[in-house]
Amino acid sequence: MNEMTTIARTTTLKDWETDQEVRWCPGCGDYAILKAVQRTMPEIGTAPENTVFISGIGCSSRFPYYMETYGFHTIHGRAPAFATGLKLANPNLDVWIVTGDGDGLSIGGNHTMHLIRRNLDCQIMLFNNEIYGLTKGQYSPTSRVGTTSPSTPYGSVDRPAQPAAFALGAGSRFVARGFDVSKKLPEVLKAAHAHKGAAFIEIFQNCIVYNKDVFEDFAAPKGAEDRQLWLENGEPMLYAKGTKGIALDAEALHLKTVDVVDGDWQAAGVIVHDVTNRSVAHMLVEMRFGEFPMALGVLYDDPRPTFEADVWRQNAAAREGKTADLQGLLKKGQTWTVTEGGPEL
Amino acid sequence: MATAVAGETDKRTSPLSDAVVVRFAGDSGDGMQLTGGQFTLSSALAGNDFATFPDFPAEIRAPQGTLFGVSAFQINFGSSAIDTAGDAPDVLVAMNPAALKTNVPSLKQGGLIIADEGEFNDRNLAKAKYDANPLDDGSLAKWQLLKLNISQLTMDAVKPFGLGNKEALRCKNMWTLGLALWMFDRDRAPLVDWLNAKFAKAPDLAAANIAALNAGHAYGETAELAGPLKQHHVDPAPVAPGLYRTLTGAEGIALGLVAGAQLAKLPMFFGGYPITPASAILHHLSRLKEYDVTTFQAEDEIAAICSAIGASYGGSLGVTSSSGPGIALKGEAMGLAIMTELPLVIVNSQRGGPSTGLPTKTEQSDLYQAVYGRNGDAPMPVISARSPGDAFECAIEAVRIAVQYMTPVILLTDGYIANAAEPWAVPDLTTYEAFPVEFLTEVPEGGFKPYSRDEKLKRPWVKPGTPGLLHRIGGIEKEIDTGHINYEASNHQAMTDIRKNKIDGITVPDQIVELGAESGKLAVVGWGSTFGPIHQAVRRKRAEGADVSHIHIRHIWPLPANLGELLKSYDKVIIPEMNTGQLKTVLRDQYLVDAKPVNKVSGQPFTIAEIEAAIEEALA
Repeated sequence: MNEMTTIARTTTLKDWETDQEVRWCPGCGDYAILKAVQRTMPEIGTAPENTVFISGIGCSSRFPYYMETYGFHTIHGRAPAFATGLKLANPNLDVWIVTGDGDGLSIGGNHTMHLIRRNLDCQIMLFNNEIYGLTKGQYSPTSRVGTTSPSTPYGSVDRPAQPAAFALGAGSRFVARGFDVSKKLPEVLKAAHAHKGAAFIEIFQNCIVYNKDVFEDFAAPKGAEDRQLWLENGEPMLYAKGTKGIALDAEALHLKTVDVVDGDWQAAGVIVHDVTNRSVAHMLVEMRFGEFPMALGVLYDDPRPTFEADVWRQNAAAREGKTADLQGLLKKGQTWTVTEGGPEL
Repeated sequence: MATAVAGETDKRTSPLSDAVVVRFAGDSGDGMQLTGGQFTLSSALAGNDFATFPDFPAEIRAPQGTLFGVSAFQINFGSSAIDTAGDAPDVLVAMNPAALKTNVPSLKQGGLIIADEGEFNDRNLAKAKYDANPLDDGSLAKWQLLKLNISQLTMDAVKPFGLGNKEALRCKNMWTLGLALWMFDRDRAPLVDWLNAKFAKAPDLAAANIAALNAGHAYGETAELAGPLKQHHVDPAPVAPGLYRTLTGAEGIALGLVAGAQLAKLPMFFGGYPITPASAILHHLSRLKEYDVTTFQAEDEIAAICSAIGASYGGSLGVTSSSGPGIALKGEAMGLAIMTELPLVIVNSQRGGPSTGLPTKTEQSDLYQAVYGRNGDAPMPVISARSPGDAFECAIEAVRIAVQYMTPVILLTDGYIANAAEPWAVPDLTTYEAFPVEFLTEVPEGGFKPYSRDEKLKRPWVKPGTPGLLHRIGGIEKEIDTGHINYEASNHQAMTDIRKNKIDGITVPDQIVELGAESGKLAVVGWGSTFGPIHQAVRRKRAEGADVSHIHIRHIWPLPANLGELLKSYDKVIIPEMNTGQLKTVLRDQYLVDAKPVNKVSGQPFTIAEIEAAIEEALA
């Protein structure tokens, strides 16, 4: 978020749609994310002209063309670097980065890490579909071991990266998760926007052509209660209609699932979610689906001063009491004057 | 260099009192660059014209006493115009055996060696791979040799200040400088002031260094030495009255960029990543925040240029800088800046290549990279600076073209220009014409089209945050006018033509002839830092009556409109370059002229004699 969000503007979903024909495959999860974002923007109350969507390369990176805002479709993996320059040039802009698992964690992993480390004020939406879509289906850095693809006909052998764990490890002050068709995605986006600093959102996205339904085990509506843990700040970590919860195994120092009897979650030792607890956040991003439900919503949110604000503060301090006299600067240092009589200091 | 009044009266062999070349050489820890820098200032104050050449190892702290750890600083100063750091030194100061071994071969026959015999011990001789002590075995007979135990003399001089051995020996360079100041009849007062300022927080160190400086000077004055040690007075060079300062190329670029941004009325954003020899530009600009400069040390070269493009998109003047390997990494982003037609200045301080190559040495081998080195048809203006002072002018020119044509611009300089210093007549900024940028802020008549064009084929520059002008840009081919994504064959053909025509249509000044006639037997055509040796060589050959002219090209792309006709007006054209013939290829391609290459890729600048020999051969 940024200072401009205080300038309330009443808009509707239509105000955020462009006249461009959307060119994702029919049924692609990106459509749902686009709608969720376009639905969220009026609720945030920001102005389209102060909003910039910046993307790299990949299916997800077509996103800016469909948002009636300023937009910059850049080069593969480098969106965070463009965003950094833009935000340093004009900190009042509301900057959203759209990236994917290949763009943001493979070719652009370095930039993603440094953007998060510096804590540039922006929202990073990483669409994770565990595959390269635009290049026709190669496995990605988040693909599960054994993924068969044109480049791994015998199955991939390298272990996948965990986007949320990567972000937290890079120093992120805001980590959230959602998925394309989730009704709760707008709430996650709003929380990310409300966070001052680099807000990292991993959005599971269904690539129906090259990696269809790879998240179906937790994203399918049927049985979702048992497989999704939606985190709410100040609320106990309950799922399966309150019959199960997440507790701390204090001796082994890891999380465990516990049964909750008669709603008495305190007796079961269920943890109350504190979004500012970094230690628990580290455990939540490492929680393996299967043994545990998928942790969704805002996993961590504890703001720190932002990069662009600190740079502007330092620039202002360095400028204080000085005048920009360039002619004076040119004359600085060790000079001498040549007169008819010769040189002198 | 640029400030002196050029004449054609150079004598081929100058007496020592007309122009002198001194080389200070020592271990990289001996402070030779500092000694050279201060001697340079004293030359300026003595009214001499000068040029310098710092030559230091790539290793930060190379093992002491080794051949590859030698650091040298050469200065050529004189009472007539000086264009180069000089071919062969008249005086070599060698602070240890390794410095002697690596530098003595280039000393003029009969030249003077001043050697610190205190460092010529068995250990150092072995490190320099000497079997016998050259100071004693007669192997230096063709030169004049002055052996002084500078180490001991320095220790004696600083004894009263109670320094440890190591600290006391660090004053050696000031003792040497003191002796050099005496040799050339120089005033010590500015050096004393400088030392007092430098060591303001450690008055003991200031006093010790001043004592060493005075002792070296006194040694020259009082030592009853017969033979080589004599005092010389080099008369002031005739230069135009005015205010002067010393300027390195890195300073020239930094100041020129700031001036350019001010003339364009834009804040500047500089994205950089440390690389030799370009980092000095980042360092200079980082201290100039009051001039509306923001500097950003990015995580890599790619992020450096991408952040600069992001800032340009936001309405700042985006600038990035690097050397060859870093420029290679920036290539894809340059293509995006071409495609999105955003202004950007890319400074390349060229070094020896390929790959890591010779990071601290100089070369001009990135011309192909600048002109051709991108995917797709990606034309971009290229400007090259010939000297530190010229770098100031070229930086302003690069900014002007970038904002007036909405295009990235490459500014070529090299390691030699970046590090070398020359006297610079401080320009009067009121004489420069401003070129303020006008952003598009309202929907124009007929509606807003992000890729509409003016008579220069420039598209409008719109800052995000402007109501009513919302649009999207990117690297996919743009539709004419609207800027929407468009893959159609005819559109791509048309857009490629527009991008080419825009760059071809950039107005650059007609090419002038630096020296000599506008037609004749031979033109020596150069670019960049070869200006000095070419100019001197042509001047000398003309003084001997040869029909030869010097042409030096600043605008590498697009080339000046009259250049083709000009080149064809000479019987022969030779092109000295510190590469294997890159400008030669471009000029042959553009004009079908039979330009002949003269190449040197040793990491060292051309000597005047080498160019003279090439002229003689061409005219033979």
